[in-house]
Amino acid sequence: MRVGVVTFPGSLDDRDAARAVRLAGAEPVSLWHADRAPLMVDAVILPGGFSYGDYLRAGAIARFSPVMEQVAAAARAGVPVLGICNGFQVLCEAHLLPGALIRNRHLHFRNRDQWIRIESTRTAWTGEFQAGQEVLIPIKSGEGCYVADEATLDELEATGRVVARYVGGNPNGSARDIAAISNETGNVVGIMPHPEHAVEALTGPSTDGLAFFTSLVKHLAGAPA
Amino acid sequence: MARVVVDVMLKPEILDPQGQAVADALPRLGVDDVISVRIGRRIELTFDGEPDTEKARRIAERLLANPVIEDYTVRVEEDW
Repeated sequence: MRVGVVTFPGSLDDRDAARAVRLAGAEPVSLWHADRAPLMVDAVILPGGFSYGDYLRAGAIARFSPVMEQVAAAARAGVPVLGICNGFQVLCEAHLLPGALIRNRHLHFRNRDQWIRIESTRTAWTGEFQAGQEVLIPIKSGEGCYVADEATLDELEATGRVVARYVGGNPNGSARDIAAISNETGNVVGIMPHPEHAVEALTGPSTDGLAFFTSLVKHLAGAPA
Repeated sequence: MARVVVDVMLKPEILDPQGQAVADALPRLGVDDVISVRIGRRIELTFDGEPDTEKARRIAERLLANPVIEDYTVRVEEDW
């Protein structure tokens, strides 16, 4: 089971994402932003960081990097893709997820351990959670405020595509406390907090984040080859 | 050479926290009659030859602005 982790110039959390993949029992594969070749992986993670310095808008330039053509094609073909923080921003810029992420309403960079409630277990990345389960994982972002028009928000709610919501306080002003969403088919998920930073007791506030990665492994094991 | 100016602004319904912060600072300057501040981005595209506003519009639509949250205008700037 090969899980690609993309490194853009300015990515920060690619190593942690790869480590989380390994702890979940899959093989992490490093992908480079300039790669044009077919990905040869079973899933893709777009990690956190500041791709291309967040110039113009967070994710706006990464979206046009060569590797993203392959990632977008894979996502549309049903390959699981998880965008974490900056990766979530890239997925929105690439129109693989609806809406956008803008500057936190209070303007402060928010760095803390954050409770979220898992709202949907029907994605490729959340099958191992219980619906309604509350988990603690770090958040660290300055542009984490999720926005979309009311019709899009209503559709996300009605179709079960709000994957996680902030509880115990909204850290950035996101519409309807949204922390994570998915595409229609549940293979593409964007999440603002960082599950890859909560996979080991030594370094994380919990090991709750690991279930995102074990969910993927189980999903892939059950998926037709 | 010719210059095309693209102005990008957050859509009116999208909260602009930076503009709000600037607005909140204005009373410190003794300004109390500015009721709203919105911050946008001005981008200058210099063409080699005639200004191509259609191409500039395509660039704006795909990259310079995010149409989900932003509006943009495109115009040729004379005499710069």
